[in-house]
Amino acid sequence: MAATNVVPRTLISSAALSRPRGRLIYGIVLTVVIVVFTLAFIGPIYFLFSDGLKSTQEAIQVPPTIVPAHPHPATFVHAWDEVGIAKLLFNTLYYAFGALAFQLIFDVAAAYALSKLRPALGNVIFAAMLATLMIPATVLVVPQYITVASLPILHLNLIGSPEAIWLPSVANAFNIFLLKRFFDSIPRELTDAAAIDGASRLRILWSIVLPISRPILGVVSIFAVVAVWKDFLWPLLVEQGYSPSRETLNVGIWQASQTVPQNVIIAASAIAAVPTLLFFLIFQRNIMSGLTAGGLKG
Amino acid sequence: MADVATLSKVRRGSERARALAGGRFGGQVRRNMSGYGFLAGAVVCFAFFAWYPMIREIIMSFQKTQLGVTSWAGLANYDHIFHDPTFWLAWRNTLEFTLLALVLGYAVPFFTAILLNELRHARGYLRMLVYLPVMLPPASALLLFAYFYDPTYGLFNRILHAVHLPTSQWVQAPGSGFVSMAMVSVVIAATWMNMGGATLIYLAALQNIPGELYEAAEIDGAGLWAKIRHVTIPQTRLILSMLLMLQIVATMQMFVEAFVLTNGGAGVGNNTLSVVNLIYQYAFAMSGASNYNAASALGVVLMLALAVFSGGYLWVTRERAA
Repeated sequence: MAATNVVPRTLISSAALSRPRGRLIYGIVLTVVIVVFTLAFIGPIYFLFSDGLKSTQEAIQVPPTIVPAHPHPATFVHAWDEVGIAKLLFNTLYYAFGALAFQLIFDVAAAYALSKLRPALGNVIFAAMLATLMIPATVLVVPQYITVASLPILHLNLIGSPEAIWLPSVANAFNIFLLKRFFDSIPRELTDAAAIDGASRLRILWSIVLPISRPILGVVSIFAVVAVWKDFLWPLLVEQGYSPSRETLNVGIWQASQTVPQNVIIAASAIAAVPTLLFFLIFQRNIMSGLTAGGLKG
Repeated sequence: MADVATLSKVRRGSERARALAGGRFGGQVRRNMSGYGFLAGAVVCFAFFAWYPMIREIIMSFQKTQLGVTSWAGLANYDHIFHDPTFWLAWRNTLEFTLLALVLGYAVPFFTAILLNELRHARGYLRMLVYLPVMLPPASALLLFAYFYDPTYGLFNRILHAVHLPTSQWVQAPGSGFVSMAMVSVVIAATWMNMGGATLIYLAALQNIPGELYEAAEIDGAGLWAKIRHVTIPQTRLILSMLLMLQIVATMQMFVEAFVLTNGGAGVGNNTLSVVNLIYQYAFAMSGASNYNAASALGVVLMLALAVFSGGYLWVTRERAA
C-alpha cells in the first residue's frame, strides 16, 4: 500500500485507478503489457536458446515446437568448438578491457587537465575534440583504416594488433566531455587545499578527484566496454582473417555464419549472448541510470 | 554586494594558493607544462585517429591511385560515384530505411515509455525487458532474425503457415517500392535491437513532468489524448527533438543490419543496400578493385549531407525554441 502512494503523479491519477472501473482496466492493461512485452522481447531470446537444442529436423518442423522434444545439447558443444567461441570470447574481453584501461588513463588525465590545470589553449583543444562528435564515425572508416595500416611519422602498421582497437577508442570526445563536466563540479577549494598541503598534481588527481568521481567513472567504464563489445565494422576491418583468430565475438560469429550450419550458428549466438546478458543483469541499475543520467540530462 | 566582496576574497585566496605552488610566473609555466603532459596521450590519439583521418578523407577524395602512384584527380571520383546507378539506389534505400525507422523506431519507444510510465507494477521487469536486446551482440541478434526470416525454414513463416496465413519472403522479398517488405523486415529487426535506449531516455524525461500540470489539465476537462497532446508532448519536446535528430543521423549510417541480414545489402537487386554498405563495397569488397578514393568521395558526400541536415535541424529548432 505504502509503495503505491509514493508513485508520482502521472498521466492518469491514482484516484481514477482506484475506482472499480479504473482498477479493472488497469488490471487488463497491465496483464496485456506484461504478456506482450515478454513475448516480444524474451520470445526471440527464448528461441535463440531452445532452437539450438533442437535437431535439424525439429528446427524446421511445421508447426514449430515450443519446447524441444528431443534436446541435443551436443549442438552447443559443437558450436563452442567449431566457431571457436573460447578464443573469440577471450579476444573480445582482451580488447574491451584494454580499451577501458587506455580510456581510463588517457581520457581521465585529459579531462583533469582541461578541467583543473587549464593550460593555455586548453579550450581550443577541447573544442577540437568536441568537433569530432559532429562527424559520425562510420563516415571516416576508410581514412581511419588507411591511417591505422600505416601511421604517419611513425610508419607503424597496427592492423591485426590489439592497439588498432585500443588507441582509436581513446579518441572519445563524449567520454572526455562527461568526465570534464563532472570534474568541473568539484570545488576548486578542495584541490587548492591539497595543493597547499604540498600534494603534486598526480597526487591530487589520484587522492582527491578520482575518489569523488566514482559514479562518472562507472558510467564511462560501462560505455567503454559496451562500445567495444557491440562494435562490428571496425573490428571487422582491422582484426579479420588471422589464424588463430583475432576477431571479436561479434565479428567471429558473423564470419562463421558464412560456412557453419544454421542451428549451430543459433547455438553459438546463444552462447555469445550469455556473457552480455549476465553483465547486464549484474550491472542493470548502473547501466540504466548511466544511460539517462550520464547521457542527456544535466 | 557583501556577497560579491566575500566571493572575490575567496577567489583571491585560492589564487594565492595556486601561486604558492611555485612563484606566480613560474607557477603559470609549470601549470601549462603539466597540463600538456596530462593531455598528451589523448591529444596524440585524437590527432592520429580523428583529426588526421578527417582531413585525409577530404584530400583522398580528390586524388587517384594508379599502380601505387598517387596523383591529383580533381573531381573525377565524384564524377565516378555520381554516374554509378548504385549510388542513387543506396541513397534511396537509406532514406527509405530512415523514414521507416522513424515511423517504428521513433514513435514506438515514445508510446512504450508513456505506457510503462503509467503502470504501477512490474516496472523494473518491463524496463529490463525493453533494454535486454540492446545488450546482445548485434551479430547474435541479427543472425537470430535472419533465422526467423528464412523463407522456407524460418520460424515466422512456419508460424504463419501453421495458422494458415500467407507467408512472406521477408528480407529476401524482391522489389523496391518506397515501403518494400525487405526494408520493413530490416527495420523491424533494427527497432527490436535498439529501441530500449530511447525508451529509457523518454521514461526519464516523463518522470520530470510536474504532476500538477496533469491535474490542471483535468480540471480543464482534458481527456487522455488531450493530456498527452497538450502536457506530455510539449513537456518532453526538448528530448523529443534532440532524439529525433540523433536518430536520423544514426539511421542514415545504417550498416550492420543490412550487412548481416541481406548479405552486405545485396538482398534482391541491392534493395537493402545503404550508403555505408556502398562505402564498404567501394573500399573493401569489390573483388580486386578496391577504390579508397571513390569510397572517400562517398564518405565526404555523406558527411556533407549529415552536416547540412543537422545544422539545418538545429537552426530550425532554435528558431522555434526562442
